[in-house]
Amino acid sequence: MSHFLRRQGWVTGLFALLIVLFIVTKLIQPGYGSGDFGSLARAVLPYAFAVAAQTVVVIAGGIDLSVAAMMALTSVTAASMMAGASEEYALFVVPFVLAMGFALGALNGLLIVVTRVPDIVVTLAMLFVLQGAALLVLGAPGGGAAEWLKAMISGTVPIPGLPDAVDAWAPKALLVLIVCLCVIWIPLRRSRLGLSIYAIGSSELAAFRSGVPVKRTRILAYALSGLFAAFGGLALTMSTGIGAPIPGPYLLASVAAVVLGGVALGGGKGGLLGPIVAVFVLRLVRTDLTLLAIDPNVTAIIEGLIMVAVVMFGAFITMRGRQ
Amino acid sequence: MSTSAITPAPIPLGRRVKRFMADRPLIPLIILLVILVVILQILRPGIVNERWIANTIKFAIPLAILAGCQTMTMLTGGIDLSVGTVATMSAFIMATQIVNQDPAVAFLLAMMPAVLIGLVNGIGVGVFRVHPLIMTLGTSLIGTGCLQVYQRTVIASGAKIPDFLAWLGTGVTPILGFAFPNALLLFVPLAALIVFTLARTGFGRLLYAVGDNERATRLSGVQYWQVITALYVTSSLLAGITGLLYIGLIKAPSLSLAEPLVLPSVAAAVIGGTSIFGGRGGYTGTIIGALILTVLTTLLTILQMPEGARRILFGLIVLFVTAAYLRIVEER
Repeated sequence: MSHFLRRQGWVTGLFALLIVLFIVTKLIQPGYGSGDFGSLARAVLPYAFAVAAQTVVVIAGGIDLSVAAMMALTSVTAASMMAGASEEYALFVVPFVLAMGFALGALNGLLIVVTRVPDIVVTLAMLFVLQGAALLVLGAPGGGAAEWLKAMISGTVPIPGLPDAVDAWAPKALLVLIVCLCVIWIPLRRSRLGLSIYAIGSSELAAFRSGVPVKRTRILAYALSGLFAAFGGLALTMSTGIGAPIPGPYLLASVAAVVLGGVALGGGKGGLLGPIVAVFVLRLVRTDLTLLAIDPNVTAIIEGLIMVAVVMFGAFITMRGRQ
Repeated sequence: MSTSAITPAPIPLGRRVKRFMADRPLIPLIILLVILVVILQILRPGIVNERWIANTIKFAIPLAILAGCQTMTMLTGGIDLSVGTVATMSAFIMATQIVNQDPAVAFLLAMMPAVLIGLVNGIGVGVFRVHPLIMTLGTSLIGTGCLQVYQRTVIASGAKIPDFLAWLGTGVTPILGFAFPNALLLFVPLAALIVFTLARTGFGRLLYAVGDNERATRLSGVQYWQVITALYVTSSLLAGITGLLYIGLIKAPSLSLAEPLVLPSVAAAVIGGTSIFGGRGGYTGTIIGALILTVLTTLLTILQMPEGARRILFGLIVLFVTAAYLRIVEER
């Protein structure tokens, strides 16, 4: 048990923080119930995918500044394709958009490997390119989404054999999130590719000398990031019913949650669970501040302060640990 | 009697040109700038005149100063993404405080957030060892929030652009028949100071040293946190000054005034040959990088493409130039 705690100390702490926050929320707003939890899960969905996209790349020792732009592009592509189309057509749109995200992510990785330009600069340039592409696809917010896609994240999952009161706490959005992430992440973590991603993030030279195909791994890491970002873009379209070409605040949020989730920015350390829990923590803090009727602008300040304080604290802990 | 023993085999011209360029990394950049201007002249004959040059310089200067912040922080392996917020804050506070305050007081008030944010950045990066990207993003988030709260308190009093800043930002002075933008009065000494600091002073050398090998620098007795704190405060102050200059140019105070300059400022520094990993680069290249980006923006505007296509081209060209430049310089 103590071994587990030491290894998963950061994530355990985050979980504890999340529970404390839920209790605080309940104290502030005694009426906080399953419905509110459902809307929290829906709000978290795009953020969580953005964070997953960032996490994969950061573990591989890089950074992806184009996450939010990628989400905007995939979202408008999906929305403009589904506008006025039949429900069945969406069955084709979803895999197409996911494949597009994967391919564009792979392009990110390929450019980094081929041009040898630092990843920050390549993804920065790609940010402009993807943003521009999104504007070309859809000049203004618009488009549509298939009904079954919208229905996929609203409401709750009926679990047979459980009373409705418990059932209400299992929103579909949460289930979609868990399923999508698990289907990709768990096999990846156990595969050779997953190990290689951790290896190149930890030490590229050591990984290269132990026979890890560094270039291929890097490209695949970015491709996976693109895939997660495409999920995020789809989630945006699913929850709003339209696509918007201007990227949301997902870049900053993804980096913040990655760091808060205990993934070292140097690469090679951390998992996906921490950042996802961190997203919930950050969103719940925002909910609480709104419930307290605090000015939304002050909320932005408080969020920033929390982020900076947590990051400083985390860096301080690592420093103490090293000495 | 063969002469080949004495005269070395001639080096192919291509190799010689390449080596020449690699030894003087500024040359390919200047060539690129000239090519862009020539393309512009071909596309729209007569556009390249005195007024156009003055205008280009006016718009390139704020970008070049912000790119200077990026150059200095990048030399230590960092980055300062809070410059946009800092510039916006100074500009906004200046424009609103000048209404009922003495200009000097308004100036001091406008510089206060710059110093504060720089100090927090410096302490976070230098003492707590937070990644500069995160630290500066975080402080810029806080800064934007504070600015929004501040905006509420001054809605009643309104804002105005001080005449002096408008003169500095937009005005031109004819000297010898050529219209010199007044902003050069601020920029030339500032640029000279940055170049001198980086190349000739102990502080400048320390920045290169920290970026090149931080451990070695610390072991040789350098107080890392002092260098970093001084650096980020300087960077923030420069950003604050840029904000004042930029408000004189744009003349419309808003809460996202300088935000669109942040990513191009990083691009300008990178195009100018400063390594984002630290230890290599300089300010002269950055200035040319800023000029290149400004001319490029004009070029893309003149082509009358849709906004989306312009952004795509901008991103592709930044990427291409950086890659080509790296290739040339690395041939050494």
